[in-house]
Amino acid sequence: MSRVAIIGVGWYGFKPSTPEVHFQGMMFESSSRAYADANVDPRKDVDVFVDCQEDMWEGIAIADEFAPEPIGGALRPTFTVAGDGLLGVAHAYMLINSGLANVVAVEAHGKPSEIKTLNDIYYFAFDPLHLRPLPTGNPFFLAGLDAQAYMARTGTPRESLALVASKNRSQGLLNERAPYAARITLDDVLRAPYAIYPMSEYEISRFSDASVTVVLASEEVARKFTDRIVWLDGIGFNTEVGTGAVELHQWGRMPSMRQAALMAYKMARIEGSPSRYFSLAEVEDRFSFMELLALEETMIAPEGQAHVSLEAGDYDFNGPLPVNPSGGSLAMGIQLEATGLGRLVEAVLQLRGEAGQHQVKGARRALVASWRGVPSYTSAVAVLSSEVNS
Amino acid sequence: MSVQKFPGTKLSAKEMYSLPGLVESSPQAKYEFSAGPTISRFLKGLKEGKILGRRCPRCGRIYVPPRDYCEFCHVPLADWVEVPDTGRVETAVVSYISVKRERLEKPEVVGVIRLDVPGYPEDGYEFAGLFHRICMDPEEAKKDKTIGMKVKARWRPPEQRTGSILDIECFEPVG
Ligand SMILES: [Zn+2]
Repeated sequence: MSRVAIIGVGWYGFKPSTPEVHFQGMMFESSSRAYADANVDPRKDVDVFVDCQEDMWEGIAIADEFAPEPIGGALRPTFTVAGDGLLGVAHAYMLINSGLANVVAVEAHGKPSEIKTLNDIYYFAFDPLHLRPLPTGNPFFLAGLDAQAYMARTGTPRESLALVASKNRSQGLLNERAPYAARITLDDVLRAPYAIYPMSEYEISRFSDASVTVVLASEEVARKFTDRIVWLDGIGFNTEVGTGAVELHQWGRMPSMRQAALMAYKMARIEGSPSRYFSLAEVEDRFSFMELLALEETMIAPEGQAHVSLEAGDYDFNGPLPVNPSGGSLAMGIQLEATGLGRLVEAVLQLRGEAGQHQVKGARRALVASWRGVPSYTSAVAVLSSEVNS
Repeated sequence: MSVQKFPGTKLSAKEMYSLPGLVESSPQAKYEFSAGPTISRFLKGLKEGKILGRRCPRCGRIYVPPRDYCEFCHVPLADWVEVPDTGRVETAVVSYISVKRERLEKPEVVGVIRLDVPGYPEDGYEFAGLFHRICMDPEEAKKDKTIGMKVKARWRPPEQRTGSILDIECFEPVG
């Protein structure tokens, strides 16, 4: 069984809107850049193409059929995954690890600026029989329920949630892919009116458009194309309960992320505390409390203790474990199904020493944890490493 | 046998939705699709009465409708070319019913036009072309001679064009 390498990344967008480009044009741009980065010819060297998208986001039924052409997959083995880009990476891992493919390309994209009825599109994902008829205001009420339950269980103060927002939005100022970065202080966040209790608007990520492509390869083949290799040492994925089962979700927790992390850590043979294993973490933060919950579910922080480490500065850019040095989704936005893949690219650039102004010094091992967002209970976790910065 | 003779109780829509077992839900799905630089220019061309295509710098294929990229070479397309608004019917179809099987008031004839664009082999499956309405009698369209029939675009008057595929009213038989 081969080790799996990430040999190329490419992206287009990370902007609040992209009226200058058709969605397939955006896919072409990001994939072209990834293939150039990996030094591969998609028409000869890529064995399988995986595309991550969802029809209701696309506004096209059976949008799968629009996937192959712009990414080089016409008349080549291509399939789609209706889920986060990191789930597509899990498919790539299996294809390569099983020997079925040597080189796999994974593309994910989101163009939320073109969805005129985004609120309603979220409601399409809700159970039509007993959930949609209730007056819930907006679909993100689900995150408010989790935030409240998390704070009550762990004693995490409101100020800690606000601190996540000011940390990430300010950190994003160093990242060119972070349109919602701003110098926001803790007081700014605390003084803002509540948007979805217990969070203000600063603590709820906004949307941005992007296409992201990642090229993966088996160890032997990877070395033929590049020496800038980042290893995908482990990847896990998990779903808790379906969206209709709001009553069955374990509130204030994200067990799917816990299970995904356990799966990824086992593959990566991580023993002992994962907090000392990683040089940096790019974790889910589309709602402020989610960063703290994600750190606990990935066992970076002990149960209920993430806020203590946060307040001690442990997760700052210059702290012992920088968390979301990219600025996270709070600064970069949510690119629908491309959100997890965008964060994987952040980790890859860090491990190659190519993250520019927000480069974490000596980054060698990275954690990426994604959640598919409201109203899903699906998560994926990736463990990456490289020797470039050693 | 007429429908009125079936036994049972007739329900109004209101009465039907008041029964347990049927829940109405109708969120709205609305989008605005960016055409991007390539289709935008194509649509502008239609407004000017021109059909524009784009050539692949590597394999020479001319894409009509144009694209941003060549799907075979995975490179951006380069030159713009104006192509003739004449061609031959590759295949055509007459629909008499809707997807729910109701009879349409007027049968529609639509087809794929292989435009008179040089560089493609006469009998190859690839060509520069457009899918569009064909202005002809549905009864005539069903005849064998429709396939391969020479057609030409019937343009809307310039003042009625909006930069849409509908700026061409249809393709109609010539000669
Ligand atoms: Zn070509």
